[in-house]
Amino acid sequence: MIPTADFLVLGAVLFGIGALGVLVRRNVLVVLMSVELMLNAANLTLLAFSRERGDAAGQGLAFLVIAVAAAEAAVGLAIVVAVFRTRRIVNLDEARLLRDP
Amino acid sequence: MSGERVAFYLLAGLTLLGAIATVTRRNPLVAAVWLVTTFLGLAGLFALLQAHFLALIQVLVYAGAIMVLFVFVIMVLGRAEDEPLGFFTAPVSKLLGVGAVGVSTWLLCKALGSLPATEVKQGDFGTVRAAGNLLLGPYLFPFEAVSLLLLAAVLGAVALTRTRK
Repeated sequence: MIPTADFLVLGAVLFGIGALGVLVRRNVLVVLMSVELMLNAANLTLLAFSRERGDAAGQGLAFLVIAVAAAEAAVGLAIVVAVFRTRRIVNLDEARLLRDP
Repeated sequence: MSGERVAFYLLAGLTLLGAIATVTRRNPLVAAVWLVTTFLGLAGLFALLQAHFLALIQVLVYAGAIMVLFVFVIMVLGRAEDEPLGFFTAPVSKLLGVGAVGVSTWLLCKALGSLPATEVKQGDFGTVRAAGNLLLGPYLFPFEAVSLLLLAAVLGAVALTRTRK
């Protein structure tokens, strides 16, 4: 039986990689992918604790997280497409309409 | 080393490799394919955690539906060329952010890794039957709320990308 701590450390490292992607990358699509990575790390942690406690509620929560992530991806990608149509922007640093008047 | 242990290290290595490649590949399409690798590895890890139903959902929803959406949008934007990664030429703020993430991840790993190993309970949870009983029993209201959220998200996506005549 693999100890819970191993899964938790893996989840933490995955979350760190995802956070790094959000900070370093400027392509909006890759940033969204990094967000998905962080959500999955959170799911792994939820499931690890769910097994640790012998309680299936964590799995229910992870299921809801997956559904919310799907909704987030749909709306986020729609916004990306809309911004690209109106302004031809994929690079996050160029999207500064609200910053510089 | 037991077979379970070997499976864990293989899947964890695959997951981490895919995650690192996702963040470092400069072509978004290549990054998307590596992200699929990560999701498949995670599905295997979910199965190791006795979450068989969620492992299935992970493959269907994440590696299937969400990634198809990503690849589709990458194709629609039609800009598969790379971007400047700018890791070392970055301004100070970016390097500070990377340092903060590194330190916090290291601290998190240190704190979580020292967790005492407790006896893991063997339950029948995680099977499709148990997940169905959970989601359509005590979790019925969140389940229905999430279906409403998905409907709202679909309508919102259509409204956002609709071209006006």
